[in-house]
Amino acid sequence: MSVMNPPRSARTRRAGGPAGAGGSFSAWANRHRKWLFAAPAMIFVGVLIIFPLAWTVYLSLTDSQGSVRAATEFVGLKNYLTVLGDMERFWPAVGRTLAFTGVALAFEVMLGMGVALLLWRPFRGEKWVRVAILLPLVATPVAVGMMWRLIFDPNIGFVNQLLGMVGIPPQPWLSGQDTALGTTIFMDVWQWTPMVVLILLAGLTSLSDEPDEAARVDGANAFQRFFYITLPLMMPTVIVAILLRGIDALKTFDILYATKGKGGGSFHEVETLNVYAYGLSFDYNQYGLSSAVLILFFMIIIGSMWLLTMRKKAVSK
Amino acid sequence: MKRRSIVKYAAVAAAMSLGLTACSGGGGGSDEAKQSGTVRVTLANHVWTDGIKAAIPEFEKSTGLKVELTQLGEDQLSDQYNVKLNAGSDEIDVMMYRPLQEGKAFAKNGYLADLTKNVSSDSNWDWKDYQEGPVKATTVDGKVVGVPIITEREVLYYRKDLLQAAGLQVPKTMDELEAAAKAIKASSPDTAGFVARTGKSAAVTQFSSFLYSFGGDFVDSSGKASVNTDAAKKAYSFYGGLIKNYGPANVSTDMSWPEAMAIFTQGGAAFYTEADSLYKNATDPAKSKVADKVGFAALPAGPAGSKPYNIPSWALGVNQNSSNQENAWKFIQWATSKERTLEAQKAGVPGPRASVWANPDGTSTYPKDLADAISASAKTGVGHDRPEVVTVGKAREIVGGPIVATITGADPAAAANDAQTAFQSFLDSEKK
Repeated sequence: MSVMNPPRSARTRRAGGPAGAGGSFSAWANRHRKWLFAAPAMIFVGVLIIFPLAWTVYLSLTDSQGSVRAATEFVGLKNYLTVLGDMERFWPAVGRTLAFTGVALAFEVMLGMGVALLLWRPFRGEKWVRVAILLPLVATPVAVGMMWRLIFDPNIGFVNQLLGMVGIPPQPWLSGQDTALGTTIFMDVWQWTPMVVLILLAGLTSLSDEPDEAARVDGANAFQRFFYITLPLMMPTVIVAILLRGIDALKTFDILYATKGKGGGSFHEVETLNVYAYGLSFDYNQYGLSSAVLILFFMIIIGSMWLLTMRKKAVSK
Repeated sequence: MKRRSIVKYAAVAAAMSLGLTACSGGGGGSDEAKQSGTVRVTLANHVWTDGIKAAIPEFEKSTGLKVELTQLGEDQLSDQYNVKLNAGSDEIDVMMYRPLQEGKAFAKNGYLADLTKNVSSDSNWDWKDYQEGPVKATTVDGKVVGVPIITEREVLYYRKDLLQAAGLQVPKTMDELEAAAKAIKASSPDTAGFVARTGKSAAVTQFSSFLYSFGGDFVDSSGKASVNTDAAKKAYSFYGGLIKNYGPANVSTDMSWPEAMAIFTQGGAAFYTEADSLYKNATDPAKSKVADKVGFAALPAGPAGSKPYNIPSWALGVNQNSSNQENAWKFIQWATSKERTLEAQKAGVPGPRASVWANPDGTSTYPKDLADAISASAKTGVGHDRPEVVTVGKAREIVGGPIVATITGADPAAAANDAQTAFQSFLDSEKK
């Protein structure tokens, strides 16, 4: 903020400068420069974030369906009650969303930490290894979905053929009612662990070597040094990684849609909240209901973010 | 104008899904388009579209109009319409849509312009030449809202070589089909006797012909749900049973036609029931390993005879909000002319015009057995292949439930009873 406010002397001098046709505008612009500079960003946020959000809240309180321009009736919280009482699609979808995020995140952070520790100290060919590790990250999620779908195909897929060579019977993977969600979690872990590695590596490189060296002198082994020194120091970074990756994982859509299509498969086996809301709006055209699901989903995301930020503050202290 | 439409898109897209904000900058306004003589056409990926695309310069030359073509996959096209038409966009003039999937909803929402006057304006173009079923599907509340372009019927695809090796005749009845599928699966466990769509929603259309042939329908004559009648239960049990007992090992319950077709064209199955309009996928050597071994037959007869669906899968309509409707109609008139329909049909797209079917040229490129199967199906066919409701997507998920339940080994009768209850309450909710 201090950047925005030049010294008082400068301000008064400019405001009191020569006034003319152009001068009065520049004087006006100068007086309101706080707003003027912020305006583009504020308009952007207003038009593309606040307005749609408010509109979604509004829709969620109406019985809008078919066409959003059709006449709608205000129904209060009815949509929310319908959604919250829906044991068939909504609550299972909440469960899947949380399971998907929780399990994927746990694997991503653990694997990410492992890989980051391996890459921490310089070694020959480091650059190449880093590039190779980052490859999944730059791939398009839909392409990733299609690729894994072929690899996991129960009849012609590579994985089952590989398993066949060592005598394991073919598995249904993505097409199995019980295995589909696990398989998509695996795909998510494959694609997003590199991002966690990247964040954690940045955290590790900024750590000072001294505590570690001191512990080494005191005779602590690698295990102790990691758990008592490195990890506690890394905690704020770990939480940032969880926060960023967690929000993203909650909102996962592309990989699920690319592999299982609308409704998350015939038994809704990978239907998360995002996939459910998509189906409600694009397939069923029930915008009121869909908006209610999205607002609830939004609150779940905000809630988990808030919990994590609290945790981060506690750790930072 | 531009700013307003951007805001509208943003609002609709975000309202429909916070996570999926699909925001389009949009082109110029429609008045501009009218002056410069541009027609904005949105089409689905299809063999029909490939043919039209190649012929567009011809249209541009003869009319002086310019065509701006957007081509999308089926689902993306649906989403595009949902967003743009919902926002009242005038940026689409001609739209390719699925009369049985979206027709009712689009007409109800007022997305489709009334073409009743246009279709009767030109006797050379000849609206009367159109088959009755397709015309019915593109007419809503007495108004013509679309011109059919592609029709399809469900036929039996089979492997001539496998049948010959097993000493089997081409099945004429459902019982013969089951016996043949069983015999083939028993003789070579790696080859499935039968394959078809298995996805809950995707399978509904191909299951419908079985339902009709067993004497059932989704809705009875009084408008009540009828998916748990004896006929319906038998049909569910038969279709699901064929796949469960004689289908590919580890069969997925997500298959739509590309997956099922892939199994058949890779040589993985002896019988396959699918829309005839997709036959090129099986007979084109570039796409099919068994291209020279595929035979076609009319759908085998069930207790109620052979009753495949006979429907218009795609039609062209005009966006109600387009201010360029005159030019849009010119495009449709050209794209659906007798000559173009014949060209398309020769390229493998079964059309809706009676005169083209009567013309020997119209079936000259078709395998003989397929042409026979098509003409037999056109006679006995039923005019819908899914429940005729507004929210077709939801209805398909409900009536498709017992199909996947049967494939995965659940009791078809119990699943049909569940579906009946859900479907009836769905129908009630639509009436409100």
